[in-house]
Amino acid sequence: MELTGADIIVRCLQDEGIEYIFGYPGGAALHIYDALYKQDKVKHILVRHEQGAAHAADGYARATGKPGVVLVTSGPGITNAVTGIATAYMDSSPLVVLSAQVPTHLIGDDAFQEVDAVGITRPCVKHNFLVKDVNDLAMTLKKAFYIAASGRPGPVVVDIPKDVTAHKTEYLYPKSLTMRSYAPVNKGHPKQIKRAVDLILEAKRPIIYTGGGVVSAESADVLVELVRTLGYPCTNTLMGLGSYPADDALFLGMLGMHGTYEANMAMHDCDMMLAIGARFDDRITGDVAKFAPHARIIHIDIDPSSIGKNVQVEIPIVGDAKMVMKDLLKELNKRDKEPDTEALKRWWTQIDKWRSIDCLSYDKNSDLIKPQYVIEKLFEITDGGALVTSDVGQHQMWAAQFYGFKKTRRWINSGGLGTMGFGLPAAMGVQLAYPDEPVICVTGEASVIMCIQELSTCKQYDLPIKMVNLNNRYMGMVRQWQEFFYDRRYSHSYMDALPDFVALAESFGHVGIRIEKPGDVEGALREGLKLKDRLVFMDFITDQTENVYPMIAAGKGHNEMHLKPTNGEAPPERELA
Amino acid sequence: MRHIISILLENEAGALSRVAGLFSARGYNIESLTVAPTDDRTLSRMTVVTFGSDEIIEQIVKQLNKLVDVVRLQDLTEGAHIERELMLVKVKALDHAREEVKRLVDIFRGRIIDVTDSTYTLELTGTVEKLDAFVKALDVTEIIEVARSGVTGIARGDRALSV
Ligand SMILES: Cc1cc2nc3c(=O)[nH]c(=O)nc-3n(C[C@H](O)[C@H](O)[C@H](O)COP(=O)(O)OP(=O)(O)OC[C@H]3O[C@@H](n4cnc5c(N)ncnc54)[C@H](O)[C@@H]3O)c2cc1C
Ligand SMILES: Cc1ncc(C[n+]2csc(CCOP(=O)(O)OP(=O)(O)O)c2C)c(N)n1
Ligand SMILES: [Mg+2]
Repeated sequence: MELTGADIIVRCLQDEGIEYIFGYPGGAALHIYDALYKQDKVKHILVRHEQGAAHAADGYARATGKPGVVLVTSGPGITNAVTGIATAYMDSSPLVVLSAQVPTHLIGDDAFQEVDAVGITRPCVKHNFLVKDVNDLAMTLKKAFYIAASGRPGPVVVDIPKDVTAHKTEYLYPKSLTMRSYAPVNKGHPKQIKRAVDLILEAKRPIIYTGGGVVSAESADVLVELVRTLGYPCTNTLMGLGSYPADDALFLGMLGMHGTYEANMAMHDCDMMLAIGARFDDRITGDVAKFAPHARIIHIDIDPSSIGKNVQVEIPIVGDAKMVMKDLLKELNKRDKEPDTEALKRWWTQIDKWRSIDCLSYDKNSDLIKPQYVIEKLFEITDGGALVTSDVGQHQMWAAQFYGFKKTRRWINSGGLGTMGFGLPAAMGVQLAYPDEPVICVTGEASVIMCIQELSTCKQYDLPIKMVNLNNRYMGMVRQWQEFFYDRRYSHSYMDALPDFVALAESFGHVGIRIEKPGDVEGALREGLKLKDRLVFMDFITDQTENVYPMIAAGKGHNEMHLKPTNGEAPPERELA
Repeated sequence: MRHIISILLENEAGALSRVAGLFSARGYNIESLTVAPTDDRTLSRMTVVTFGSDEIIEQIVKQLNKLVDVVRLQDLTEGAHIERELMLVKVKALDHAREEVKRLVDIFRGRIIDVTDSTYTLELTGTVEKLDAFVKALDVTEIIEVARSGVTGIARGDRALSV
């Protein structure tokens, strides 16, 4: 039987097993909306702004590992989604974005609501397509899902002119697919695996540094086995948190600009670095000239272009983190040689000295609510088991530092693009994926306003997200930089006339709570979390002057960290064994 | 170092802009770029001349390979290869310059492909250096217009770029 393009799209989504699609209608998309109306397998979530649709689909994708799907109309529909697409691109999150386009015969005429969607999104997608013939539609969608979710995941945009959604053809969805121009390499080269194991076993001051790639490879359990087999210290990037359980003694915490003292010092002093699914971002390396001067580096990544991009490495291994780590373990088990226990003991003694300065400590006797305290309590109350999204700023860093993630896909934030406004819509996608689990959005009063309209979506679909607003009445992260680097000239980092968040939440039909005293923090969190079927907006009025420590200023080395003044500036002495 | 990279890519709308966009977005140098379909109509062959340090060239090659439309590529400069560029030049050809230009064209093994009372149109193929040298030698007359194709190339011997 022949189907219209619109029906074909919906059938493809069904055959891909898509549960939810996040979207917003408009003229060019109306045939597709009509096709959605006639079925109930694929559930459409109506957002309030297309940026929200992209973030929600992204949140869903990050929480589940399955591609998130977005549907937007032409023109402003797709341009509104661009920030969300770029956010997913930077963090390698799989999205399929269907954008409706003006009819083929009008393309290029500056038609009503026409933009060059393929052109606008090209630099921030893994790939994109313009479908000009209904006969290509099903195959193109199959390719889109395949490309988005395989290899290094990423967003794929499929632009579909309105007439193509009306034309009819026979529906046939290919079961599988090979593409001559696209074939990700998953298996690491055996010779490289052997060389890597040689180097791993020679190490005297090793470190294992892992990132988002371990998450997307679903390989946290293999990482844990590898780290424990070796007894080497492990650190995770912001995007890798949860890959190694935060409460384990071999874990040094997050590294990088706001990473722990021990993680960054160990990165600096190590003689062997095993990097897995991490891309040596500038927030990690600081000044590359000062980066890990003694290290011989092994880098495992599925994307060859991640390797050797920012830092030269000795042993590159292109492949999937899970497969390569398994091969490393196999090879390690074949060897008679063990890690150098004497050297390792000295190395751990050194690391423990660094740890002992307790770089994340904060004032627990303050009369003001310390943001770190809120996150610490949240962690305790949820037993580290919640799904946590965040926005961008100081609150994001505190969430990363103080919520000890034990599992992957539970910490969902925008790292690469750093998109304020991500947290709330992302939490919607997460909550839909896990309707019975606590989903918490840690946010700031400036970030949350950027996509606040989605509180309305939450009401429509009864999404009982818990908003934890660390309200410091500042764009705290900006204020912190101005305090440190601009002589406290707080240029436009303070917003006058903030809303009454409690009233605002209530006006959207939710529950609002304001918390102003440290003594009320725990009670409010418990009370808020107890309201399992309601969205609760908890507005914590926090200490405005608090800063995120430790900090490596841009252009500095790992051994040049700013510590909290109360930590004292003198680090414990160290010797390189 | 100067590199000539030959790329086989899917002959699809937008493939060219992906390559061009990659170079501009990542700040890579492009000296010239040529593209046309191959004997297999589903494939285009593109030749990019670029320059940069070894690290940059390595990144360029990796980033190009990462483009979904790119099927295969080869850095011709990694081995023996032949490179050619086509140039069409229109010059004033009056009085003694008519003879002089004709002589130069012979020396450079070019051709005069169009003639008017006052102009010649010349055709020359060769390496970039040869074409540059020819343009320089043409100062015996006035150049009206130059059209160069950009470099294309192919590996010597058995080495081949095909699917
Ligand atoms: C305000 C702010 C502060 C920040 N501070 C810090 C900080 O202190 N510390 C920090 O770490 N980050 C920080 N970031 C985040 C930072 O900008 C980067 O987003 C982050 O460091 C990148 O993490 P990653 O290296 O794990 O790479 P990701 O972006 O997660 O990339 C994943 C890598 O793994 C590879 N990969 C994907 N799939 C696989 C697979 N199956 N197998 C193998 N490899 C795979 C990819 O090719 C890629 O190279 C901050 C961000 C913001 C907004
Ligand atoms: C869309 C966007 N615009 C600007 C920025 C730059 N920026 C980074 S953090 C920040 C302030 C965030 O303030 P808030 O949400 O209150 O968080 P806080 O740092 O106070 O915890 C700004 C403006 C950004 N990351 N994203
Ligand atoms: Mg703030």
